[in-house]
Amino acid sequence: MTRFLLRRILGAIPLVLGIATIVFFVLNLAPGDPVSFFTSPAVTPEVLEQMRRNLGLDQPVHVRYWRWMTSMLQGDFGVSFARNQPVREIIADILPNTLILSVAAMFLAFVGGVVVGVLQAIRQNRFVDSALSVIALFFYSMPSFWLALMLILIFSLGARNLWGWPIWFPASGMTSVDYPFMSPGAQLRDRVMHLVLPSFSLALVLAAGIARYTRGSMLEVIRQDYIRTARAKGLSERRVVLKHALRNALIPVITLFGLSLPFLFSGAVLIETVFAWPGMGRLVYGAITQRDYPVVMAGAFMFGVIVILGNLLADILYSFVDPRIRYD
Amino acid sequence: MPPGVRPTDRPVLAVLVPGLPQLLRGRIASGGFALLLWIFFVVVVVVRWDRVSGAIAAGFDHQVALATLILGMALVWGWSLRDALRTEPEPRVGRSQWTLATRAFRKNRVAVLGLMAVTLFYLTALLTPFLAPFDPTQQGSLVAERMLPPSGEHLMGTDQFARDVLSRVLYGARVSLSIGFVAAGIAITIGTLLGAISGFVGGKVDDMIMRFVDMVISFPRLVLLITIIALFEPSIFLIITVLGLTQWPQSTRIVRGEVLSLREREFVQAGKALGYSAPRMILRHVIPNTLAPVIVAATLGIGDTIVLEAGLSFLGLGIQPPTPSWGTMVADGRADLLGGWWMSTFPGLAIVFVVLSFNLAGDGLRDALDPRLRSG
Repeated sequence: MTRFLLRRILGAIPLVLGIATIVFFVLNLAPGDPVSFFTSPAVTPEVLEQMRRNLGLDQPVHVRYWRWMTSMLQGDFGVSFARNQPVREIIADILPNTLILSVAAMFLAFVGGVVVGVLQAIRQNRFVDSALSVIALFFYSMPSFWLALMLILIFSLGARNLWGWPIWFPASGMTSVDYPFMSPGAQLRDRVMHLVLPSFSLALVLAAGIARYTRGSMLEVIRQDYIRTARAKGLSERRVVLKHALRNALIPVITLFGLSLPFLFSGAVLIETVFAWPGMGRLVYGAITQRDYPVVMAGAFMFGVIVILGNLLADILYSFVDPRIRYD
Repeated sequence: MPPGVRPTDRPVLAVLVPGLPQLLRGRIASGGFALLLWIFFVVVVVVRWDRVSGAIAAGFDHQVALATLILGMALVWGWSLRDALRTEPEPRVGRSQWTLATRAFRKNRVAVLGLMAVTLFYLTALLTPFLAPFDPTQQGSLVAERMLPPSGEHLMGTDQFARDVLSRVLYGARVSLSIGFVAAGIAITIGTLLGAISGFVGGKVDDMIMRFVDMVISFPRLVLLITIIALFEPSIFLIITVLGLTQWPQSTRIVRGEVLSLREREFVQAGKALGYSAPRMILRHVIPNTLAPVIVAATLGIGDTIVLEAGLSFLGLGIQPPTPSWGTMVADGRADLLGGWWMSTFPGLAIVFVVLSFNLAGDGLRDALDPRLRSG
């Protein structure tokens, strides 16, 4: 087991370095000057030249690449051009926000997707199955940012201003303006309320895909002999489905966990923009438009690392729950 | 009456109303669709006669639309007439894989519906200059016609600049549909070639290509896209190229898997024994046998690409104004979501329905092209 883990972790290292290298060269070989962000009639060309020297931009590409790699491996991502603040601090502030959103969305997507998929599988080719299939495919075909706007329109703006529903959800930010003055209980409630719409917008599209996958996997398992045996033993249908079938049907679903991470982060860029959620996606997008290279490189690198770690976790979980996979 | 001629054939009816004889004979899908297309074309010609007749002088868009109209009518008419005049029963011999797949696909009603919807969307996009009630970039009176809710005159309302939303949605279809198609084309070309090389050559080349694929796949695609696009000037060519260049890894994996299983087959061994060169083996013998899953991946990939392009435009990095694009229109509606709900809702619905029909068609194709999933 230890050897398996070690080998998998060692295998992930070149992948991480490769991603960092690609990000570096895409940004550094493309046209565009980061210092142009500061260009204005009040700034003389000499000052810009000095800035370039201070930022190390006068060095040839291979020197900059070496410097960046070595300092990054020591945990130093440099200083943001635009904010004049160490990138590590910025990311340490903002990464938890994205993780909260992603974990909530993942949880909703997997629970919802698996429940729908199982419901479809046990009612195969009946009305429930086809109705849920159509609904799932409908959500699967939906751009998440549009879904987010529609959810805001209905559950935030409409609920509050048009129909006067007793519950409406805030559509912007992570907390309300008066958050610091709330009691701890109210603070928690405020945070959860702010999380509802963004996490649902991210989760619904993902859940639709997971439901499709779970249905297929479940149908394959239900045809197996041991399920017939379980039924023949006189076990209740509930027990057969939940205990014997579902457990085995979930094994291939685990791989989706790793595969859906890049998709989730792509969605996070849009969803964080729509909901003004101060997360990594919005940070990287803002940094790209400002040509704040250290932030872009560090952010892209972090995304890559999280995806690879997620895949690693999925692989380990997989080998854990499926005894047919050997560790060596 | 000579043997073989079906008594229900009505060639005269087929000349007048294509699709109707087939429909009367109980072929709901093909007959109904042909009839629907025919009615669509005729209505366009009658209602928009002024635009159709003046199309040649009205510029490239109108000429393309006119060509589409003429070609479409000729195809529907020709198909119906040939079908109605056919005296031999359908040939029963020579069932290739493709014939079998076509039959399996036809049995899947939802998939057929999806394919018909895709056809209709492309026709609509091509015929837009005749269909759109207003000029998509023409601003109306900012006082009287700004942000009107949907009504008889403006079916989907008007936006902040008093432009007709329906016309903009129709023109936006051209951007989305052409981008999806071309980007998928680029992606499957690169993906198939690299996948075939990777699987066929093996060894170090295979390792290198697959490591690269792993890296590109484990990267959030939208982040990669905005990084590249932000560094250059956004233009439709850049967006198509970049979308295509970031989509190939999926098809590379699929093709490589197929090639690995093909490599040990007898026909490949025979080719090697005959001394065929590697490029000839790959291009002439290996790739044609991997086409089925690639077509499925491409169809499903078009849907993904349309959603991604809309996302880029939503962020302001896609198609630049004033060219209408669905993503940009959804973003425009954000400014006053409650007061102008129609501005975001309708372009978004257009995305959903187009992507949905591609996904339905793709699912059906997968079931039809995979012999293991084929039933009867």
